Amino acid sequence: MVRVARRILHGLLLLLGVSTLSFVLVSAAPGNFFDELKLNPQISASTVASLKMAYGIDKPWPVRYERWLRSALRGEFGYSLSYRCPVGTLLWPRAQNTLLLTSLATLLAWMIAVPWGILEALNRGKWLDRIGGGVTAIFLAIPELVLGLLFLLLAARTGWFPTGGMFSSHGAEAALLGKLPDLGIHLVLPVVALVFGAAPLLIRYVRSAVAAVLDAPFIEAARGHGLSTTRIVYRHALPAAANSLISLLGFSIGALLSTSLIIEVVLDWPGLGPLVLESLLARDTYVVMAVVMLSSVFLVTGNLLADLLLYASDPRIRTV
Amino acid sequence: MSMNSGHRQLLLLFSLVLLHVFMVVPGFFAPYDYSEQNRELPFSPPTRLHFIDSAGRFHLMPFIHPFRASEDGSAPYVEDQARAYPLHLLKDGAPYRVLGLWTARLHLFGVEQPGRIFLFGTDDFGRDELSRMLFGGRISLLAGILGAAMAIFAGAVLGVLSGFYGGWLDGLIMRTAELFLALPWLYLLFAVRAILPLHIKTTQTLLLLITVVGLVGWARPGRLVRGIVLSAKERNFALAAKAMGASNFHVLRWHILPGTYGVLLTTAALLVPQFILAEVTLSFLGLGVGEPVPSWGSLLAELQNYSVLTSYWWMYLPACSLIVLFLTYHWASTTLQDKVAEVRS
Repeated sequence: MVRVARRILHGLLLLLGVSTLSFVLVSAAPGNFFDELKLNPQISASTVASLKMAYGIDKPWPVRYERWLRSALRGEFGYSLSYRCPVGTLLWPRAQNTLLLTSLATLLAWMIAVPWGILEALNRGKWLDRIGGGVTAIFLAIPELVLGLLFLLLAARTGWFPTGGMFSSHGAEAALLGKLPDLGIHLVLPVVALVFGAAPLLIRYVRSAVAAVLDAPFIEAARGHGLSTTRIVYRHALPAAANSLISLLGFSIGALLSTSLIIEVVLDWPGLGPLVLESLLARDTYVVMAVVMLSSVFLVTGNLLADLLLYASDPRIRTV
Repeated sequence: MSMNSGHRQLLLLFSLVLLHVFMVVPGFFAPYDYSEQNRELPFSPPTRLHFIDSAGRFHLMPFIHPFRASEDGSAPYVEDQARAYPLHLLKDGAPYRVLGLWTARLHLFGVEQPGRIFLFGTDDFGRDELSRMLFGGRISLLAGILGAAMAIFAGAVLGVLSGFYGGWLDGLIMRTAELFLALPWLYLLFAVRAILPLHIKTTQTLLLLITVVGLVGWARPGRLVRGIVLSAKERNFALAAKAMGASNFHVLRWHILPGTYGVLLTTAALLVPQFILAEVTLSFLGLGVGEPVPSWGSLLAELQNYSVLTSYWWMYLPACSLIVLFLTYHWASTTLQDKVAEVRS
């Protein structure tokens, strides 16, 4: 329990540090939201100054940081100047959409990567492994951006899938249950693009983790006892390989969040990606900050979960 | 198709050198300047090379028929069979700068004016896509290599300081590294990009971009180097040098640093594609290199236009060059990794 509490505390401190880091970075940016107004001859300099004062952006950054922390504790995360509302209300629906996308993609990518990786590890050096290795190498070299564009082309050419968004315009009024198929068809392309982006690396790692275990003497012994391959893989090799795979889970969440940002922009999924891009272009500082923070929360939580899972699954760690 | 590892390494070296030669002198391989417009030929498909003329004679040097707007409207462009221009190798054309030092006019290939050769088609201003791709590769690859070099350099310095001196410095540097690693890299890139002014001139954009992407990536190589330094400084050869009165600097320079080179090189081969991707992503989203200077990201950004995405397949060609480059670099990194493991054991 002490270990768990310490890990959670560590995560919270890390998030505080990340918030300071990103606040300093974003505050160091030249220009602010009201710069456009200054160019307008009909708006006097004093109006701009009083606007700045009203929103508190004339203060030095430590003061603003303190204010921001307070509002973050209230769940507001500052005030969005372009949307004219607290950032929190802007953030939650977007964050839910991103989470829906990434968690589905993580699940699918692992469901593909584990059996495939095991299959490759069992057939090391044979044609199956070679072809599999070639395919993953090629997919590793295709940037997610290009994958997204190709899927967009597929949607535009065939009309089988919607070219963006989360719901069709006519489906918006339907009841919740009626919406689900609509949501499902909108999810297909972004999820598949994310899976194609994430799975090749996972397959590689699973393959090498399982392959390393398969070389161990205890597997030789199990083979010598005449156990079936299935039993060896699932009862002996996988639990031993689980350690490195679970560490990989935390890492894969971080990678997927970055990929998701791009895919969301290309395929127009209303998640955090388009939001952060719009606010970056509008110099809407607090929204950028909040999104960056939130991505870090996801990543730190993912790592924490992986750590706890490791703790639960590997008795060797518990003795420390 | 069996190649021994020596041949394979030669092939890898050859591909790497070839790719980087394209980067150093894109002007030689590109038939035109990247900003040369042909307003009467927007979105012209790739020019076809012909070997057999209308009389059935075979030509060793291919020739082309120029495109002209079609009158019946069946296709946007038709080949003008009445005119033919043979392809010339090593032909004088538009001037370009070599390494920014001197001006040259010699191009690998070209056709006589007023003929035009667009092997990869043209964009909406009628600019040659092949030339734009080659010049764009210069910027993207430069961003990738310089970014990786910055990350490796910063990572090596901080990693050595952290691992060699230990104590509070180690704690400070490693906690900072954790901060950087707690942010998904693209979001971190966005946060750092927010520092830079939105609209900046292209050369400045490039230099700033490179510095920034480099600074963002120091944490991972830094950690790797720290681990190697930590184990190397307790090894007998380092302790012996120390016992014989060698200075800290000497031990670091001659006994500890050489152990990190292999890993740093492998990491560099992995980082270059990642930083190219950073440049491509930023330019694609309109936060990086802008018109008229091409980069692979800004070339791909044209695909955000629906009609370009669905109608002009040659606009996808910059993506292919990206994939080829990534394949080569991934190949290089696995080869290096095997080498390092071989030397270790």
